[in-house]
Amino acid sequence: MRKQFIEHGAYKPEYESDNCGVGFIVDKNGRKSHKMIDDGLSMLNNMAHRGAVGYDDQTGDGAGLKFQIPHDFFKIELGEALPSEGDYAVGMIFLPLTPDIRFECMATIERVINESKLEFLQWRNVPINTTAAGSYARSTLPEIHQLFIKRNKVPKNDFEKELFLLRKKIDNAILKIDSEYIENFYICSLSSYSIIYKGLLLAKQMKAFFLDLQSTAFKTAYIVVHQRYSTNTSPSWKLAHPFKYIAHNGEINTIKGNIQKFESKKENLVSKVFGDELIGINNIIEKNVSDSANLDNIVELFTIGGRSILHSLAMLIPQPWENAEHLDENVIDFYKYHSNLIEPWDGPATIIFSDNQYIGTKLDRNGLRPARYYVTKNKVILASEAGVVEVNDDQVLSRGKIKPGEFLAVDLENGSLLLHDAILQTFVTPDYTQLIKDNELKMKISDEKIEEDQTINQKQVSFGYTREELKRVIAVMANEGKEPILSMGTDTPLAVLSEEPKLLFDYFKQLFAQVTNPAIDPIREKNVMSLRTTIGNFKGLLDGKVKDQESKFLAFEHPIVNNQELKSIKALMDSDFRSITIPMVFDSDLMGSGLEKGLELICQRVEKAIENDFNIIILSDKMIDKFRSPIPSLLALAAVNTHLLNKKIKTKVDLVLETGEARDPMHIALLFGYGATIVNPYLALNTIDSLVKDSLYIKELTAKDAKTNYIKALEKGLLKILSKMGISTLNSYIGAQLFEIIGLDQAIVKAYFSGTSHTITGINLDIIAKEVYIRHENAFFKDEKIKKGSELHYKKDGIKHLFTPEVIGKLQNSCRTNNYHEYKEYSDMINDSKKSLITLRGLLCFNSDRKPIPIESVEPIENILKKFVTGAMSFGSLSKEAHENLALAMNSIGASSNSGEGGEDKDRYYTNKKSKIKQIAAGRFGVSIEYLNDAEEIQIKVSQGAKPGEGGHLPGKKVVGKVAEIRHAIENLPLISPPPHHDIYSIEDLEQLIYDLKASNPKARISVKLVSRAGIGTIAAGVVKGHADMILVSGHDGGTGAAPMTSIKNAGVPWEIGLSETHQTLLMNNLRKKVSLQVDGQMRTGRDVLIATLLGAEEYGFATAPLVVSGCIMMRKCHTNKCPVGVATQDPELRKYFKGKPEHVVNYFTFIAKEIREYLANLGYMSLDELVGRSDLLKRKDSINHWKTKNIDLSQILFKPKLPKSFGSKHVEAKALDNVATLDDQLIDLLKTDQLKEQIKVTNTNRSIGTKLSSYIIKNKIKFDEQQVFNFKGTAGQSFGAFLTSSIVFKMFGDANDYVAKGLSGGQIIIKHPNNEKETDILVGNTTLYGAIKGKLFINGQAGERFAVRNSGAISVVEGVGNHGCEYMTNGIVVVLGDVGDNFAAGMTGGIAYVLNKNPLTESKINKDTVSVKGLNSVDESILKELLEEHVALTDSLKAKSILEEWNYYSNLFVKVSSDGYDAIAEDQGLENLVDLQGVKKIG
Amino acid sequence: MDKKGLFKSVERKTADKLAPEERIKNHQEFYLYQDYKAIQKQASRCMDCGVSFCNYACPLGNSLPELNELVVEDNWEKALEILLETNNFPEFTGRLCPALCEGSCSLNIDHGSVTTKEIELAIIERGFEKKYLKPIKPKYRIGKSVAVIGSGPSGLAVAQELNKKGVNVTVYEKDYEPGGLLRLGIPDYKIEKNIIDRRINLLKKEGIGFICNTEIGVDIEIHKLIESFDAICLANGFTVPREIKAEGNELKGIHFALDYLKQQNLFNAGKALKNDPINAKDKNVLIIGGGDTGADCLGIAIRQGAKSIHQIEILSKPPKERSSKTPWPYWPYMLRKNTAHEEGGERSWDSLTQSFKGEDHIKSVTCSKVKWETVDGQMNMTVEEDSNYEINADLVIIAAGFIDTKNYDMYETLGLEFSKRNSILTKNYMTNVDGIFAAGDLKNGPSLICKAISDGREASKSIYNYLK
Repeated sequence: MRKQFIEHGAYKPEYESDNCGVGFIVDKNGRKSHKMIDDGLSMLNNMAHRGAVGYDDQTGDGAGLKFQIPHDFFKIELGEALPSEGDYAVGMIFLPLTPDIRFECMATIERVINESKLEFLQWRNVPINTTAAGSYARSTLPEIHQLFIKRNKVPKNDFEKELFLLRKKIDNAILKIDSEYIENFYICSLSSYSIIYKGLLLAKQMKAFFLDLQSTAFKTAYIVVHQRYSTNTSPSWKLAHPFKYIAHNGEINTIKGNIQKFESKKENLVSKVFGDELIGINNIIEKNVSDSANLDNIVELFTIGGRSILHSLAMLIPQPWENAEHLDENVIDFYKYHSNLIEPWDGPATIIFSDNQYIGTKLDRNGLRPARYYVTKNKVILASEAGVVEVNDDQVLSRGKIKPGEFLAVDLENGSLLLHDAILQTFVTPDYTQLIKDNELKMKISDEKIEEDQTINQKQVSFGYTREELKRVIAVMANEGKEPILSMGTDTPLAVLSEEPKLLFDYFKQLFAQVTNPAIDPIREKNVMSLRTTIGNFKGLLDGKVKDQESKFLAFEHPIVNNQELKSIKALMDSDFRSITIPMVFDSDLMGSGLEKGLELICQRVEKAIENDFNIIILSDKMIDKFRSPIPSLLALAAVNTHLLNKKIKTKVDLVLETGEARDPMHIALLFGYGATIVNPYLALNTIDSLVKDSLYIKELTAKDAKTNYIKALEKGLLKILSKMGISTLNSYIGAQLFEIIGLDQAIVKAYFSGTSHTITGINLDIIAKEVYIRHENAFFKDEKIKKGSELHYKKDGIKHLFTPEVIGKLQNSCRTNNYHEYKEYSDMINDSKKSLITLRGLLCFNSDRKPIPIESVEPIENILKKFVTGAMSFGSLSKEAHENLALAMNSIGASSNSGEGGEDKDRYYTNKKSKIKQIAAGRFGVSIEYLNDAEEIQIKVSQGAKPGEGGHLPGKKVVGKVAEIRHAIENLPLISPPPHHDIYSIEDLEQLIYDLKASNPKARISVKLVSRAGIGTIAAGVVKGHADMILVSGHDGGTGAAPMTSIKNAGVPWEIGLSETHQTLLMNNLRKKVSLQVDGQMRTGRDVLIATLLGAEEYGFATAPLVVSGCIMMRKCHTNKCPVGVATQDPELRKYFKGKPEHVVNYFTFIAKEIREYLANLGYMSLDELVGRSDLLKRKDSINHWKTKNIDLSQILFKPKLPKSFGSKHVEAKALDNVATLDDQLIDLLKTDQLKEQIKVTNTNRSIGTKLSSYIIKNKIKFDEQQVFNFKGTAGQSFGAFLTSSIVFKMFGDANDYVAKGLSGGQIIIKHPNNEKETDILVGNTTLYGAIKGKLFINGQAGERFAVRNSGAISVVEGVGNHGCEYMTNGIVVVLGDVGDNFAAGMTGGIAYVLNKNPLTESKINKDTVSVKGLNSVDESILKELLEEHVALTDSLKAKSILEEWNYYSNLFVKVSSDGYDAIAEDQGLENLVDLQGVKKIG
Repeated sequence: MDKKGLFKSVERKTADKLAPEERIKNHQEFYLYQDYKAIQKQASRCMDCGVSFCNYACPLGNSLPELNELVVEDNWEKALEILLETNNFPEFTGRLCPALCEGSCSLNIDHGSVTTKEIELAIIERGFEKKYLKPIKPKYRIGKSVAVIGSGPSGLAVAQELNKKGVNVTVYEKDYEPGGLLRLGIPDYKIEKNIIDRRINLLKKEGIGFICNTEIGVDIEIHKLIESFDAICLANGFTVPREIKAEGNELKGIHFALDYLKQQNLFNAGKALKNDPINAKDKNVLIIGGGDTGADCLGIAIRQGAKSIHQIEILSKPPKERSSKTPWPYWPYMLRKNTAHEEGGERSWDSLTQSFKGEDHIKSVTCSKVKWETVDGQMNMTVEEDSNYEINADLVIIAAGFIDTKNYDMYETLGLEFSKRNSILTKNYMTNVDGIFAAGDLKNGPSLICKAISDGREASKSIYNYLK
């Protein structure tokens, strides 16, 4: 079944990715026990919520265990035949169920073993109880056998290597068996010391399924466990973790580039260990498995190849070293050296690794996954969450967590625990420093002389520059050093639909992180970002440093070079570096064939140059003239890159682009994404020279400064594009192809961009050549001037826009005068794709299977109106008048409006002005328990169409009046929204947030807003498994109050693609019936709604159109606060000009509904419901082809799978997961009965404690005279005390996991260490107090990463925090009595942190971009002292006690971290008035 | 400092004019244009809209927000360059265009539109002043020739555009100097003729040939031209006036507007008149027709020293504010005051001319009141009973629009096809005769100067493609 989707539908298996819960337990002394198995299983069970369950509610996405070979057990099983421990290996193998194929596999394996140095012993059929598994798991169940192999004469040290080679040979041999069933063949493990049991199971099913695990003889000294939550839609047995060396919670974002680069290096693998044994092994990196499996492959290769597993992982997942000043020089040089061997495998990761010497954990450079550990007297227990194995408090020696980029390991040979620094010592040596010293070269750059380009005008025309671009893009970057900011969405045609010639760049769209991994904030978290690239590579990928093999390399901190720097590169001609320039030109008269020839010629020349020992290839389009047209730089680059990869000579050269074509960050990102090392945008730079000379658009800047600014802006934009995908280093972005293509012919994609996602086909080389030719002819034959350009702003006779003056006029007037006839004129203009083909749906038309019916029999307008919503637009981006206008209108017709991010005025709650949909976004502004309880739907905005993967920055001047008030912000202080939700780094985190929100308002439905992109269906499947009730698929063209240009234009794809992929993927997995689908993105007319319905949508969002109805005239000036019609402004003067009326909006929606009824009658259907997913009623219009659209194939979008009726094709099941947070039901009862609320025992599976309780209190408007105190004991699950309301006090004796006090809404939380002496112990996990509004939190221990992130007003005392503490904080007080972690106070604009400055490194860890560090004044001192006294009273903190005892000494050691703006306001208004000190004063 | 979008702090201000009593003393232009600094201030009000309504409304597609910004930035030369890309003769439109752009300006919703017309005029006048304006000579000639018949704005635009592309262009004009209606139809107080001369001189320097006092079809046979040129563009206007078909319309003292306006301009230019001058001095003047041409006649009559002037219009009086039937962004239907109306005269609406009275010479005109009603979307007129009234007049000027082209003989010889409204039918600007094109009013019927220039530009593209 899956096959039909892959072949004909929009779903592609490579979109899958996974996240999970992981952990290990190890006995430090190596004592084997059966209890270890049980402990591992209970660990797995306690993380069950981090895994996912499929449609049958019994099939997990996968669970697995790795442990030592249970020799005693096998001895019983096999008897005398079993050799002694270490002399044999066991393979755990999945075999096809079909007997003949299975036997062929077994015979093949035996044959291959016999051809090796090893000896086949026997097979063992692993006893299983299939009834323990879910129905889907059973239907895909393989035969599970164990294979026993004897070491024979192979030396002990070589045993694992031989097993590795054997396994690769077996895989190869099996692949040759011609049967589709061999897909089920998989070797889970083949080792002499460990074995893996895994499958498509739930944690609780493991023991019942694998009967072996029930035997008490089954013993091990360590166990690795993994619970999988895959966005993977058809999870499979083999993709369950652990893999042979690692188990992974996270995602490798750079996987495509990593694999490609490895493949190109493979030919040069020289190795002392392997000799030539690797030759002919072409499956070192396995195909068609997951990113984690591939990472396992490479760890395995390096580890067997001779490095320790610790060393291997340090190379692959280096800690951030590029900007880390406090790191040891040798360590930096170690990383520098290895960065030249291999680029980082980048992405969020907790890696649990193990081989026969070490077991341990490594975290990614940004610490985006949790990893908590307990060291007990005998064991080390590490897992994604604390408290997953029951341990007596008195057994615990320490509680900790792994820091970003760091390690922890247990050396199994001598039973020692190694922390990060000790681990580094095992492989870092001064040799690396010497190597770097000997080999790293710096370029010498002389001062630039400006040379006038005589043909600049022709080049500008030939490359399609426009005046608009000069002014609005290039000059803005040159003036301001950053990308231009625009507002509203894009309404111009997709490149392939445009009748204008477009740049090849325009056919590509950026990918972005969404749910399965977080975007990074490249500004506030720049410490983890790096654009460093190098020219020249070290050899010896496998053997490590081999001195005489080393070669020089050139390091570039800035990969975008100016013309002078390029000259220096061009001049390189010595024994180390030889550069050659190869023109990217072709004879455009010959169209496609000329282009093809041109590309071939370039490839040949590059190959020749490599033969002649050139190692820097500069591809250049500078030499164009009348007879030589430029080859699109991306195409030339991709062709060369592909050619070099095919010829396996990629590693011999670096590719440098000298191009006039690239000029904005998107262009630059594409060039790096397809393999460039250095880019020189010479024409843009020359253009800046000429603009400065003519003082046109650039003023008061020298050419030099203007160009420096411009390059800076490009780099900032590039960093943003990387970070959107969750990637930190350019090195790993190069060649990673993180784009998708819309509208290129299959052949082109296959030939030059294979590996890039691609949904609809389109133009071929002929058309690409023609596009170049048209521009080139204008430039060199017609002597045309640079065009005015109208891609961003509508201009007459320019590029088509959906919103033209006529359209706006007709829309406004028809709705103001309630004139349906005029509305129809408007809708005809939008729908007439003959005149303006802008959207994909313009290519579609209806093709009903029924005859028209009378309109009277169609469902009434009222039914249809309920399916409409207005888009999320915050109060803040819209004026009060405009925002309330939409709410009033929608509420009056039974439809819904959306609050947008940023909260809502309390006065609107429970009135007809309320927004029924309350949004929560990454900034969490205004998200309180009251806000959530006023909602009928709570929408998690994962991404926004105009700027997916990006945060926001609301300048201080806009934070005034009500806007400030409802965001709980301080007037005039800027507000920064982070790019990701800091409580959603992965799919299981989203599940947790949904859980929180369901607890926060059990009546509301929960929706998740995603943006259309390749792979959205897979993500959506994960979201459904996370129990969302509705998924909103947003088109790329959605609006915004402010976003960078390249995001508005180049990120995401049209909803037609995303919606169909989502609908199809959910259907394929029988998940469609569990969720409702909504769509938005430039929805305009009834026809749009019909098409959306046929492609699978049930609800429809409109934003720009109802705004226009309300008076918006598409000024695209929202970001300036100068909207002259009072729609998108907070200026009280301008707000007066708002003329919208709710009736106008009602008229608009009524018109649409009326129009829909007409369509329904014509199609012969009575209701929209009947048409959901009926893509068979759509067909591609033939009548509107122009030169570029002829070959567009929409069949993937229109694909309608053949499925059984039981697979509902629309939402039919009731609201998901109604029964959450059951512990809270007890708390509510306790509240009612007034019993003692003492010592309630909790474990990590008790999640979101207190949230449902708070909702109950708010919903029932309960007021308390005194505080209600609850006492807990143990380990609290995630989101302890989330959204806790006032009057509730939680005392926790023990520890807690991530998201403690999230959205704290007035409640108070105390977390007290069971043993006071351990102030350095970690007591709470990551992302504490996220978006907290009010309340208090006392912890007498350490907290993890991002403590008090986006705190809006809570007060807290903690004894140490991890990295990024107080990030984006806007108010409140945080007292830190210990370490502050790296990057403290980044983006903090308000509030105060009092930090005990005892560690000399403390100050250097504070990010001073928005704050400064100063001494305490008397007010500060008294507040601090009072808080410390309270801390002692509540937690018995020894540390605070000792500080108070020596107050005179310590008070001088404290520093105050705050923004100068905040200080000034605090001085003005009194700190007590800014922070609610009184309201939550003493805990009784 | 943000120098753009200052509509909140800067108020709309247009040029002052000489007081009516002063300006009617002569036939000179009377606007007291604002200085360049003040113009920059006005330009700074522009919002640089995401959707350029002004640009959309402008038949030429002038890129007004861009111009405004460059003016604010003090980059007049670049502004001129961009202005000339879309508008061949901004010094004409800057004086004569009704400024559709201002009607559609986003600020016209609430804040008063940007004064784009004056900004445009300032750009071109500063261009002349600073000598930025140079003849645009083609780099090379393509060896093709085109005859343009008629030298009004449309014909001139065709000529300049083709000449830019290397075509040899000869313009034929039946009157003594090029300019068409610009020179002989529009009063000097609206555009002084040295403005036209200045432009014609430039065009001549660009290499365009002008042959005046030569009416094609009369002085030269059209076939002669066909033989000598690769293509011909007819741009000789739509100048046959509508008659008032009423009793007594043959009386002396009844004249058509264009004859009246033309003889005044000829007089001003010091040219000999073929007939006796039509002079309103000390006369009671009645102007029939409430449009712009009528208003021009009013201005002339005032300047000539008429005793009284009455202007009547058959349609109803438009509303003072924008009519709800033409909401923004449409061109507002509303009462407009021509400058002449500031100078004197009386206006009536709903007035139908019934008969002209007098012996030999006109003495008075009988009018009656009419009522307008909309029935099924059609405007229906009914004459009110017993509403007749008399207007004394010893000079009547008929300004009731234009209904036809001239030169029927020539058109017949060619076998051209016409529309129901008597304009010439074309397909992509080419008439049904191969190689013969038409542009401007001749093709569209009477219209605005901006449309005439725009049409000429479009026609030139079609002609150029034909020549290739």
